[in-house]
Amino acid sequence: MTTRTTTPEVLERIGRERLLDFLYQMVFLRRFEERAGELYTKGKIRGFLHLYTGQEACAVGSISVLRPEDRVVSHYRDHGHAIVKGVDPKTVMAELFGKATGCAGGRGGSMHLFDVQKNFLGGYAIVAGHMPIAVGLALAAKMSGEDWIAMCIFGDGSIAEGEFHESLNLAALWKVPVLWFCENNLYGMGVHLKESLVTDITKLAAAYEIPAVKVDGMDVVAVHEATREAVEYVRREKRPYFIEAETYRYRGHSMADPELYRVKEEVEQARKRDCIERLRRQLEEVGWLDEAGFHAINERAEAEVEACVQFAEESPEPGIETLYDHVLKGDPHGRPTNA
Amino acid sequence: MAVLRMRDALREALREEMRRNPKIFLMGEDIGKYGGSYAVTAGLLEEFGEERVRDTPIAESVIVGAGIGAAMAGYHPMVELMTINFSFLALDQIVNNAAKLLYMSNGQINVPLVIRMASGGGSQLGATHSHSLEGLYAHFPGLKVVCPAFPADAKGLLKRAFRDQNTVIFIEHTANYGLRGEVPDDPDFLIEFGQANIVREGRDVTIVGYSGSVHQALRAAEILAEQEEVEAEVIDLRTLRPLDIATVVESVKKTNRCVVVEDDWKFGGFAGEIAALVMEHAFDWLDAPVARVCSKDVPMPYNRTLEYAALPSEEDVVDAVLAMF
Ligand SMILES: Cc1ncc(C[n+]2csc(CCOP(=O)(O)OP(=O)(O)O)c2C)c(N)n1
Ligand SMILES: [Mg+2]
Repeated sequence: MTTRTTTPEVLERIGRERLLDFLYQMVFLRRFEERAGELYTKGKIRGFLHLYTGQEACAVGSISVLRPEDRVVSHYRDHGHAIVKGVDPKTVMAELFGKATGCAGGRGGSMHLFDVQKNFLGGYAIVAGHMPIAVGLALAAKMSGEDWIAMCIFGDGSIAEGEFHESLNLAALWKVPVLWFCENNLYGMGVHLKESLVTDITKLAAAYEIPAVKVDGMDVVAVHEATREAVEYVRREKRPYFIEAETYRYRGHSMADPELYRVKEEVEQARKRDCIERLRRQLEEVGWLDEAGFHAINERAEAEVEACVQFAEESPEPGIETLYDHVLKGDPHGRPTNA
Repeated sequence: MAVLRMRDALREALREEMRRNPKIFLMGEDIGKYGGSYAVTAGLLEEFGEERVRDTPIAESVIVGAGIGAAMAGYHPMVELMTINFSFLALDQIVNNAAKLLYMSNGQINVPLVIRMASGGGSQLGATHSHSLEGLYAHFPGLKVVCPAFPADAKGLLKRAFRDQNTVIFIEHTANYGLRGEVPDDPDFLIEFGQANIVREGRDVTIVGYSGSVHQALRAAEILAEQEEVEAEVIDLRTLRPLDIATVVESVKKTNRCVVVEDDWKFGGFAGEIAALVMEHAFDWLDAPVARVCSKDVPMPYNRTLEYAALPSEEDVVDAVLAMF
């Protein structure tokens, strides 16, 4: 891992206001996910729910570098990515509830969030299935001569999939502006990376001649700095770049995970690197935050999350008459025959 | 009107559409310098350049996925997959992404993409290169499935595919590429999806086919007329999704008999779907159960005699028809 010491100069360059915003966003995501977990146990949210707790620095540190016109595709652990890309968290919570006001109208659910206005082009729940799409998005950016880039977020579990390799190769071969962002939380469901990959992640990217760095994914400042350099490169060179963020998920893979594959001590150890605590300390050290300031942030986040829950609760269900909507574009019924 | 072979009609469609719409570009294995494995794209690289005629690595999943991504960002790509057998390597992209994104995103993302592939046996290419699986793609809501049998239809339908806002699976029968026919040269010549074509009129039996099997049906109809005084009506479905079952049902109400011919396997195949729809909509008009003439239930053998035996033939169609009288 490239160890990045967060010097006061780095903090100064990012700026107090922005760092406090990073802190707010991470706290917000933490509270949002904790609340979603509770609502799942109450039956308000169903299906598969994959919580992002522990990994917040990855989304906040990286997506904050992007411009609104940059396209993001993510995998199914996507709440954090969508929200940081600008998707209204009320519509994310409503989507988890399956409501008509959800960012996918209640048709997608937790794993399939979409908001085209914000250029969040989807959560994808087939492991590595969105990586080819990112190549196509970046190809379109390049062919059109526009200045935006594509960012593709995926887990360590994607790396053994064929689509990972096809996508890295073609992106490098065709020199398209895509940022590959791997959130390595050590596990694909219950399988440790050591049991699924024979080599090192960044070595693989390097084998496809893609510049690759490892970064501490639990240090938002480090993620931000690495991504800033990466995005500058991708935009300037119109070529792919690869970041591996070393992180950890605190909760089970989904709400249905009994966590038989890891010991509690491992989770406790990871919590010592917690991204929120780390940034909080860094800001306190330079005198930009005090205890009261942190509590204010936390309270604001809790209130915002409650507003999301209230919005979702009060929103209507999609009408049964909409069942056949959007099967085919330009065809209101989408029926297969004229019978 | 000009007399063109099917492959040339397809190329004309691509050329005209690419001239019309700068957002169309082509991707596929060997479509550029090699000219396409069935020579459909020959000469397009020279006219449109490497940016719009892209030779790709042999990586079906990322080719289709990149087509989806580019389609999401304002392009209208065409991906050529050599044969339907290789499309299985891209099934995830076609089925999980192209077919579902509009619905999952609540109408926010559509995927205007044309995926062309060849199907069909009869060339002794063995079990991995010879099957016809149009019905597989017709199974999925969110896709459109086109399978022309004649050069003019091939052109009109392929041009129409580039006016669609959805993903169109465009399947060509390898035995048809050299087939000649009159083709309109009007650049606005389009054939609507979901319109079956009555390619031969008759009063005694309705024979339904698509792609390669339309030609078996027509040959069988000639034999039936000459040797048995049976006048068969032959219907070319042209598109499987959307499916013009109304034309079939109307015909069956006239002839009271129906045979479906296809190169795909019978068990779980599209012919069964046609049979069920005819039963649902014309049960009282049927004088005999709907018959299906399909491939035998085996992976395609290489040996010439065995392959011939495995594929449906015009004799099989004639026999199926005669069994109804
Ligand atoms: C193609 C495919 N195979 C298997 C699954 C089931 N599955 C869902 S998530 C997952 C683990 C993926 O792990 P990783 O990519 O590391 O992401 P993380 O859950 O750690 O965020 C598996 C095996 C799937 N969704 N798609
Ligand atoms: Mg993982």
